Amino acid sequence: MHEWALAEAVVSTALEESKKEGLKEITKIKLKIGELQQIDIDTFKFVLNEVIQPQNPMIKKAKIELETERGILKCRVCEHKWAFKEMLKKLDEEESESIHFIPEMSHIYMRCPKCKSPDFEIVQGRGVWIDSIEGEK
Amino acid sequence: MDPRLNIIDKRLENIKRIVAVSGGKGGIGKSSVASILALCLSEKYKVGLLDLDFYGPSSHVILGIPTCNPCLTGRQASGRKDVYPKEEKGILPPEIYPPTSRRAGGIKFMSIIYYAKDNPLAIRGVDISNAIIELLAITRWDKLDFLIIDMPPGIGDATLDIIRFLKRAEFLVIATSSKVVLETVKKTIRMLKETGVSILGVIENMKFKDSLFIKEAINQFDVRLLGEIGFDKNVEDCIGDKEKLLTSRFAQDIKEIILDYF
Ligand SMILES: Nc1ncnc2c1ncn2[C@@H]1O[C@H](COP(=O)(O)OP(=O)(O)O)[C@@H](O)[C@H]1O
Ligand SMILES: [Mg+2]
Ligand SMILES: [Zn+2]
Repeated sequence: MHEWALAEAVVSTALEESKKEGLKEITKIKLKIGELQQIDIDTFKFVLNEVIQPQNPMIKKAKIELETERGILKCRVCEHKWAFKEMLKKLDEEESESIHFIPEMSHIYMRCPKCKSPDFEIVQGRGVWIDSIEGEK
Repeated sequence: MDPRLNIIDKRLENIKRIVAVSGGKGGIGKSSVASILALCLSEKYKVGLLDLDFYGPSSHVILGIPTCNPCLTGRQASGRKDVYPKEEKGILPPEIYPPTSRRAGGIKFMSIIYYAKDNPLAIRGVDISNAIIELLAITRWDKLDFLIIDMPPGIGDATLDIIRFLKRAEFLVIATSSKVVLETVKKTIRMLKETGVSILGVIENMKFKDSLFIKEAINQFDVRLLGEIGFDKNVEDCIGDKEKLLTSRFAQDIKEIILDYF
């Protein structure tokens, strides 16, 4: 369950940011969840909403919005673009678990479908990203 | 905003000292020193070992650590004692040298090898950096006296990330008695000094004849030469065997340096 570690990271960053901005209370956090990391959204939400939020007055009432971001990869050699989803089906359990922990492992277990190069860019949908934090001063 | 950056300090808060074993070149003994240093320290201390050389991870080879996920390969049954990080509110680096009545510490080991297996990893700098950040953000280290980091050669992504995120890391620079190596060692030291990170000192490795030029060159930078490790022709036969490594000349030389500087 390393969703826990990522949820902790989100809250820790939000709290730090709210301190910087002089917020009294955080009301909303918008998150993007990249497909490559294959986060278990239910676990992630549970840890945020049921475990961490109730413990922290600053963030207790915050609405946390999650948006899944499609994983898009682009070959640096032939410029072909493809979706992570298409490829996920071909990976075995061990391979997709490695990408789940470290999305860059995709360069080991995936190749450009057109030219077979490992030299591709993760254009979007790598992992957890904080889009915005809102609050009351 | 990248949520991972903020949590790194917290992941390392239970660690007393962080030592990054680096050097400008490959093949000068960084991985050997990092691994054997971890072994020797574990006789008295709780140690963590982190291999950040993603292109050529070696610590698991030197210490003989089978690193497949036993749950998935079912290889446990065949008698191999594979280790693999447990998932618990993050990932927990496995113990690879459990403490006994004679050895107090133990070694917790983390490496990309658990996920990359023995496959070649062809990735660029930004991806290296991203993978390092991910590892630092999700790995939950136990209470440790020392975290030893086996660094890749040069002053690229890994070195810059350690300087950026692990502000209290102390750099241990490896050199050999070679003018060619010295040239890059000087650059490494200059860069480290400029960024203001702490330099524990230099170890002169694979020493096979008397010479002073490394010591003299290093003194000019106001950096200590911590000691020498002689060229040990038997070390190759000890690779993969922790007990044998501990009885090697190499380990004896490391222990002397530990007594004086750790
Ligand atoms: N003091 C030494 N005596 C003999 N061989 C050594 C010594 N130090 C390192 N080696 C050998 O040199 C090779 C490169 O060492 P390694 O630790 O992998 O270097 P690096 O991590 O700097 O690339 C290995 O085969 C190692 O066994
Ligand atoms: Mg090495
Ligand atoms: Zn291509």
